[in-house]
Amino acid sequence: MLYKRNPQLNRNGELIHLLSTEGLSRDILTHILDTASQFVSVNDREVKKVPLLRGKSVFNLFFENSTRTRTTFEIAAKRLSADVFNLDIARSSASKGESLLDTIANLSAMAADIFVVRHGESGAPYLIAEHVAPHVHVINAGDGRHAHPTQGLLDAYTIRHFKKNFADLRVAIVGDVLHSRVARSDIHALTTLGCAEVRVVGPKTLVPSDLSQLGVKVFHNIEEGIRDCDVVIALRLQNERMSGALLPSSQEYFKSFGVTQSRMQLAKPDAIVMHPGPINRGVEIESAVVDGPQSVILTQVTFGIAVRMAVMSIVAGNDA
Amino acid sequence: MNILIQHGHVIDPASGFSQLSDVAVQKGHVLAIGQIPADFKADQTIDATDCMVIPGLVDACARLGEPGHEHEGMLESELAAAVAGGVTSVVCPPDTQPVLDEPGLVEMLQFRAARLHLSRVFPLGALTRGLAGESLTPMAELTLAGCVGFSQAEHGMTQTQTLQRAMQYAGTYGYVVWLRPQDVHLGKGVAASGPLATRLGLSGVPVAAETIALHTIIDVMRSTGARLHVCRLSSAAGVELVRLAKAEGLAISADVSIHNLHFTDNDVGYFDTRARLTPPLRQQRDREALSQGLADGTIDVLVSDHTPVEGDAKDLPFAQAEPGATAMEMLLSASLKWADQSGVSLMRALQVVTSAPAALLGAAGQGLGQLSVGAAADICIYKPSEQWQVVPSALHSQSKHTPFAFDMNGSLMPGKVQATLVAGRVAFELN
Repeated sequence: MLYKRNPQLNRNGELIHLLSTEGLSRDILTHILDTASQFVSVNDREVKKVPLLRGKSVFNLFFENSTRTRTTFEIAAKRLSADVFNLDIARSSASKGESLLDTIANLSAMAADIFVVRHGESGAPYLIAEHVAPHVHVINAGDGRHAHPTQGLLDAYTIRHFKKNFADLRVAIVGDVLHSRVARSDIHALTTLGCAEVRVVGPKTLVPSDLSQLGVKVFHNIEEGIRDCDVVIALRLQNERMSGALLPSSQEYFKSFGVTQSRMQLAKPDAIVMHPGPINRGVEIESAVVDGPQSVILTQVTFGIAVRMAVMSIVAGNDA
Repeated sequence: MNILIQHGHVIDPASGFSQLSDVAVQKGHVLAIGQIPADFKADQTIDATDCMVIPGLVDACARLGEPGHEHEGMLESELAAAVAGGVTSVVCPPDTQPVLDEPGLVEMLQFRAARLHLSRVFPLGALTRGLAGESLTPMAELTLAGCVGFSQAEHGMTQTQTLQRAMQYAGTYGYVVWLRPQDVHLGKGVAASGPLATRLGLSGVPVAAETIALHTIIDVMRSTGARLHVCRLSSAAGVELVRLAKAEGLAISADVSIHNLHFTDNDVGYFDTRARLTPPLRQQRDREALSQGLADGTIDVLVSDHTPVEGDAKDLPFAQAEPGATAMEMLLSASLKWADQSGVSLMRALQVVTSAPAALLGAAGQGLGQLSVGAAADICIYKPSEQWQVVPSALHSQSKHTPFAFDMNGSLMPGKVQATLVAGRVAFELN
């Protein structure tokens, strides 16, 4: 392909794969959020099903373990009336030495319509999207530290729900931004949607200064970082950061960068607190904040289903 | 066999000669240029009208797949690629399977290469056994077997003490140590640190991986007096350190690969594994500094860094894909393209792929990389006006992955090789 167009879009600029929130227009992002809001009501109905994907097959390909994200994709697909197949790739083909593209070729032969892919390596869903048949759609459910676009979209949806618009908002993302696909997807979605200011907050080992290249303000002091913010997003801290000499201990991290009630006093009084889950209480966030009135963490999970329904129904409606 | 090359424009970067002349070749050597002896009887005449006649190229870094891929006939295909690219001498790094740390392996490689009558092969011996960075190789014996220098290839040196001893030992005999400057631990990433790696979530290789290694190597060099060739610089800061070392009068030379000279990390695009290379492609400012360094002589040599990669080894997520690209067939055009774009002279563009790399070979390079009476009849004939597209399936190399592929960057390559002579025999002729 000589002048490579955005692999997520077809020739008419319509969304055919969701691989990243980067490179999607504000119109496309807004369309996804608007579509999601229609599905939120479906989730409140007695019969939680619409027939939009009847007869379509959705394959959940999780090369990396995940129960939560996979389940929300499964619920979303089932509420759209699709047939869902969960493949625990981590324990089957990949461990038997089958190559990624061979796995994809085999599953394509089983007449898949949508692949939901999680992979430990940045860019893996791009490789898959490049090799699937034209009618097959790929949705990235998290690749390495690159992107987790449905999480980014559900975060944007949650923020819009509580704050109504993005124009005057100040959002702080606190924690291990360097290794976080959620942070990248949040940053691209929120900056495109017009957030006034997106901040990243953490020690220099996890928030290196070159992250400013993503269009965010970098803070290495949490008090300064969350001061006057409308939204605080805490990121999960992985244990391997301690063994990798990026942090001394989770205790010291919590003391320096934990999202606590006293620190939340510095944010706007009506600020909301979000977290992509799973939560480490007492590591990146204080229990009292998780369970407190500013927390919208469980609402995020509910909205996540609607957003994933929106994404699947939109890509399935567009041809390559 | 006597060969007469007629009507071509002869250029010899070693002497600065540039003139429309005929060339007579006899018994593997250049018999005459211009004035052809009246009694010279040609068995074969090559019409070089509209062509440049230059010394065969010396590629100071190309992997040939042997030892390790004998069953696939890789040596034959890669040396066929060499001559198709006008390359008549190839320096190959020791990171083969097994590693070139035994004289017998070096002799076998040279024996197999010589039988093919394609390009000449000059192996680099391993600086340490198994490239493990722990114990020394028998450098004197390896040199007798044909090694032209000693290298750690892509394997960095974790123990500075071993590096110091290896350089002391090599310095005893005046051998040249070829090292690619990259700190083992900082160099573990898969793309250059910078905006692109940050955006794509790829682990980065900071410039410091190159500069820290260079500082170490140059300091060790100062204290041991060893001769050093710095392989494949990638950063502006690295070029500057080599410039300073040269100004200080140290016996240091350097090269850059055609990929780092022509591409930047932007070419990774959407995780394009053809741009997965070591050293990683860096930013435009680095590319400019590499170009400037090659133009002003801070960097002496341009190499292809030819690395055959099998088909599916690139059909993987970016970080898992094997680094490297097929490149020997693009070396000449890449140098000519660089001259076109940067404004350096044709003479300099040819020098960095002929006489300059030949000078790295010491005694083994005598008579190579030059086109003069009495020199080896290693000759490349190319048509400067012919532009071509890199179509991977049409390449002679078994490996088809290259960022120069027309379907990747859409640009044309200047200068098409028409014929290549090695030791007075026609090793390649374009049909």
